Amino acid sequence: MRTGPKTRLRGRASALPGVLWLPAVAALGLIVLPVIGLVVRAPWTRFGTLISSQSALAALELSLRTAAVSTVLCIVLGGPLAVVLARGAVPGLRLLRSVVLLPLVLPPVVGGLALLYLLGVSGFAGYALDVAFGVRVPFTTTAVVLAQTFVAMPFLVVSLEGALRTGGDRYESIAATLGARPWTVFRRITVPLVLPGLGSGTVLSFARCLGEFGATIAFAGSLQGVTRTLPLEVYLQREVDADGAIALSLLLVAVAIVVIVVGRPRSVEGLR
Amino acid sequence: MKRVMMIVLVAGLALVGCGGGPQAGQQAGQQRVPVTVLAAASLTDVFNKLKPQFEAAHPDADLRFSFGGSSDLAQQIVNGAPADVFASANEAQMKVVQDKGKVVGTPEPFVTNVLTIVVPPGNPKNIHSFADLAKPGVTEVVCAPQVPCGAATVKIEKATNVKLSPASEEQDVLSVLSKVEAKVADAGLVYVTDARTAQGKVQEINFPEASKAVNTYPIAAIKNAPHPQLADAFVTFIHSSAAQQQFANAGFGAA
Repeated sequence: MRTGPKTRLRGRASALPGVLWLPAVAALGLIVLPVIGLVVRAPWTRFGTLISSQSALAALELSLRTAAVSTVLCIVLGGPLAVVLARGAVPGLRLLRSVVLLPLVLPPVVGGLALLYLLGVSGFAGYALDVAFGVRVPFTTTAVVLAQTFVAMPFLVVSLEGALRTGGDRYESIAATLGARPWTVFRRITVPLVLPGLGSGTVLSFARCLGEFGATIAFAGSLQGVTRTLPLEVYLQREVDADGAIALSLLLVAVAIVVIVVGRPRSVEGLR
Repeated sequence: MKRVMMIVLVAGLALVGCGGGPQAGQQAGQQRVPVTVLAAASLTDVFNKLKPQFEAAHPDADLRFSFGGSSDLAQQIVNGAPADVFASANEAQMKVVQDKGKVVGTPEPFVTNVLTIVVPPGNPKNIHSFADLAKPGVTEVVCAPQVPCGAATVKIEKATNVKLSPASEEQDVLSVLSKVEAKVADAGLVYVTDARTAQGKVQEINFPEASKAVNTYPIAAIKNAPHPQLADAFVTFIHSSAAQQQFANAGFGAA
């Protein structure tokens, strides 16, 4: 606690209730202290060697590549979905909104199993793909991307939809009355207005993709360079070398911090 | 601030109350002491079957199992988790614990386990030998070399000169099994005991080269165990013929 609760209380008439401070500090501690634990325990002398091993680099590269593709997919598919949810006049919109949240509340491993039973050869979509095109999705990098997109999509949709709805549609209506066509309104008014929301959604989605574990291991499997992303590598490394797992975990923490710092100034704060 | 303290205190007491309630009641009735056994996940079924037998012979013991990957369990013990007994699925992880001076005496092997091939029912890809796994068009899934079942797989590959190109190197046998059950994989390599638990959902194809990689399970009492006598009693019990019979029924080999 940098400023004591009491000084705060006296300082401002509408200050925060003191009751909030204790749980707030505890919450912050719960987030920060484990990371400190990781840093303290880290094998700093071997750190460089551990994170530059061939398997670690392959995992990092795969993670960045798949997370980038998945994030683009989230924007390309989830962006329009957010617009439809915020502005569309379709019956059952409320139900749709809840459905979109499903990957957010489902344990990722359940999502992975669901994907497996849809796109595995025993699933109807997987069977159709196999028969029609000879394409099998599980155990491919495509499966990793699908798993990541599945779990990260709600972050993009929810951030963007929130921005759209708080922004309201006054400007759009006016532009329309002035004779602008729907596409022009969307391009010139809607998109610029929600850019901060889109930014925060993108950052959150990317971070979620990077951290994806359960759906990937259940649906895509784990093979170096193909499906073994950094979180899977951490989990496996732990079997043989706890130090290696810690070093890789710190690498993930570092990447996550970079993502937040780079994306934060406008976008994450733009959530408010 | 006083008010806050009160709230925290009351909340804390409530939590403690919830946690301690049932246990306290049980102890008052029978004076049973908890004996915590950290055991490899592959021992789950047999250990649960053995629990009533051991507790009947030791009415003061309340056996508690924590099943998991042997390396996880080893790390938990090294990091100070309260444990009376450790039953590992391989000697390497027992050594991790032993090297940290956490083991009483010498760990004793009590069972062995070998690999087997599992395929979906009906064996659609006609797999009858280890070499068949390397046939083109067969999607096989194995354990990663970093985990015991994967290390055994590598050993057999070397002994037979058959090079597999698996679609995935999974974290544990159960993940391999589930990929075969879901029919996304045409074949998988798991332990005989795991194949038995999935009887009906997968077909087991034994191969003679499995004997090239025999996995040994050691068991040991943990130093500073909360209940050393009962820990010793459990280790002795696991070696008894009654317990060994149960292991044999589940597909384990004698150590």
